[in-house]
Amino acid sequence: MQMNMVSALNNALDLAMQENEDVVLLGEDVGEDGGVFRVTDGLIKKYGENRVIDTPLAESGIIGTAIGMALGGLHPVPEIQFAGFMYLGYSQLINHAARYRERTRSGLSVPMVVRTPVGGGIRALEHHSESPEVLYSYGGGLIVVEPSNPYDAKGLMMKALHLKDPVIFLEPTKLYRLFKQDVPEESYEVDIGKANIIRAGEDLTIITYGTMVPIVNDVVSQKHVDAEIIDLRTINPLDEKTILDSVKKTGKAMIVHEASLSFGVGAEIAARISEKALYELDAPIIRVASLDLPYPFPAYENYYMPNAKKVGAAIDRLLTM
Amino acid sequence: MLQKVFDGEIEYLQVLDENGKVDAALFPNDLDDNKIIEMYKYMCLARAFDAKMLSLQRQGRVITYAPLIGEEATQIGAALAMRKDDYLVPNFRQHGVFIARGFPIENFFIAGRGYEDGLKAPPGTNSLAVAVPVGSQMPHSVGLAYALKYKKKDAAVVAFVGDGGTSEGDFYEATNFSGELKVPLVMIIENNQWAISVPRSKQSIAKTLAQKAFAAGIRGLQVDGNDVIAVYKAVSEGIKSLATDGPILIECITYRMSIHTTADDPTKYRDQKDVDAWKPKDPILRVKTYLSAKGLWNDELEKQMTEEQAKKINDSVAEAEAFKGDPKSMFDNLYSFVPDILKDEENEAVDANFWQ
Ligand SMILES: Cc1ncc(C[n+]2csc(CCOP(=O)(O)OP(=O)(O)O)c2C)c(N)n1
Ligand SMILES: [Mg+2]
Repeated sequence: MQMNMVSALNNALDLAMQENEDVVLLGEDVGEDGGVFRVTDGLIKKYGENRVIDTPLAESGIIGTAIGMALGGLHPVPEIQFAGFMYLGYSQLINHAARYRERTRSGLSVPMVVRTPVGGGIRALEHHSESPEVLYSYGGGLIVVEPSNPYDAKGLMMKALHLKDPVIFLEPTKLYRLFKQDVPEESYEVDIGKANIIRAGEDLTIITYGTMVPIVNDVVSQKHVDAEIIDLRTINPLDEKTILDSVKKTGKAMIVHEASLSFGVGAEIAARISEKALYELDAPIIRVASLDLPYPFPAYENYYMPNAKKVGAAIDRLLTM
Repeated sequence: MLQKVFDGEIEYLQVLDENGKVDAALFPNDLDDNKIIEMYKYMCLARAFDAKMLSLQRQGRVITYAPLIGEEATQIGAALAMRKDDYLVPNFRQHGVFIARGFPIENFFIAGRGYEDGLKAPPGTNSLAVAVPVGSQMPHSVGLAYALKYKKKDAAVVAFVGDGGTSEGDFYEATNFSGELKVPLVMIIENNQWAISVPRSKQSIAKTLAQKAFAAGIRGLQVDGNDVIAVYKAVSEGIKSLATDGPILIECITYRMSIHTTADDPTKYRDQKDVDAWKPKDPILRVKTYLSAKGLWNDELEKQMTEEQAKKINDSVAEAEAFKGDPKSMFDNLYSFVPDILKDEENEAVDANFWQ
């Protein structure tokens, strides 16, 4: 069936709730309103207020309560309305969700999927356009995924709800309704921890994820360059092997993400490539990312984020090095 | 042994009722006719501004906007109760308070066009910036009030939070800190009954939000938030008594007559009948009835005011549309200095014309 990312995620949650009665949803406006992006639309009608809980407005409360639910044997799916508001629950995530299994030597674990919209390019108010993936990936204990299309979104969500781990599920707002895809109506999984080579190529490797995937794809097709494009899908744990295999083949690596440049996911990938494949490269590793500033108000968001022109120029530069 | 630890009663204050009738015993003695006319005009200006923002948003000329219609009495009553040196700590819906405190209207249109420059308050406006993370401004209001006290200023802070915002940890922490630090702070809960789709009844089973003051050991009361005179009275008396009685939490009972923001569709979750029930309680209508009955207002004055306000608003829009920003300001305002590594990034971006 043709689905956009919102309907694919809604379908995944519906299937997971059907197959496992321990799956409960909670968050601000997830009930009647169906979430501000409608990802949970209709689920309260189908599963009732015990399983789709409109909570008071408090993110630390939402995440902390979800952790307690998970420790009590449920598989909660807290929604944080925008990633910019998830910092209020950061202590709960870092101090508890990330550590419970480790500190109890697997005696207690926190199976939950924290969903939140990320990324910009939507002319939104302050704090509605953040790309915080690195903050959850750093230090270990939280699985971090970010799909770039409806098919992956559904499969990653199903997989996340079959794991017994805390998963931070980042949903690029800009891609929610950008395009539809043929998505199977039944349950299926997309592997977590496995990147996807969405285009095979010989001349350079472009590693990207989330909102930048469609942009990189467009630039590569327009320029007729023979690039291999890797969509990470999972940020932590990183699929190092797929990256290294590709880079060793092409000899050139470029990383593109919407989050800021410094101390970002690109830095981690570049470091790994230089540690493990430096002698197979014939050019420096290039990163294309947003400026090292907090996400700006909308007037300059297109000046701040990488766009097709910036990605294209970086490809040209890399191919002539 | 049982000991009585607090008095579990909440006062509800109303001075001007829905029919424009005043309770003479409660009428604040520092209010004269001119002041009430001023209140009326500011409420109308706030509503006219609101309508303009909505229409500009529909035309794609400003970004997402959170309308204040229905909440004018809470905002204007509080604004006019504040003294010049007092500070405003807003959440994100308090445009009316800003306007009545002399904040330039064009700044909202500039911010609405997506420029940070709109948030730069002219000196003397005594306000913090709009805070989008719900409730996050409340601890700032405590700290700001502490600083005023520390610097021996004869000034107070008036902070706003929504009914939804009172569920955040920051709110509870701030009320508690305010009592413990005994700061000159008036906290106003602009209880418009909704936090997007979540009704007040689902925010807390506490009977009132004002009673949250009790847990912090500070004063709390409820006010008819659609009664500009009651709000004025509660806030001005609150400010006057801060030094002796400590901080105060005032819950203003009002109603969000419109959408949460321009990105919201209330038909998904609320009945139009609930909204209609609040129409007779309109905050502007009752003041107009009061002023007309006293012979202080008429159609001629109304027409003149409407024209003046429309002109003021349109001039502000024109001024805001003439505003030209500079993307380099992103780099220049991040720190008090520009680090070399950031300067390099700026040069690279400027050389590439920001990839435009
Ligand atoms: C910390 C945080 N969580 C969520 C949001 C998204 N959000 C914006 S306004 C709002 C509801 C606020 O309700 P209330 O405090 O009653 O203020 P009102 O909008 O009614 O003025 C929500 C959930 C936010 N801005 N900040
Ligand atoms: Mg509210």
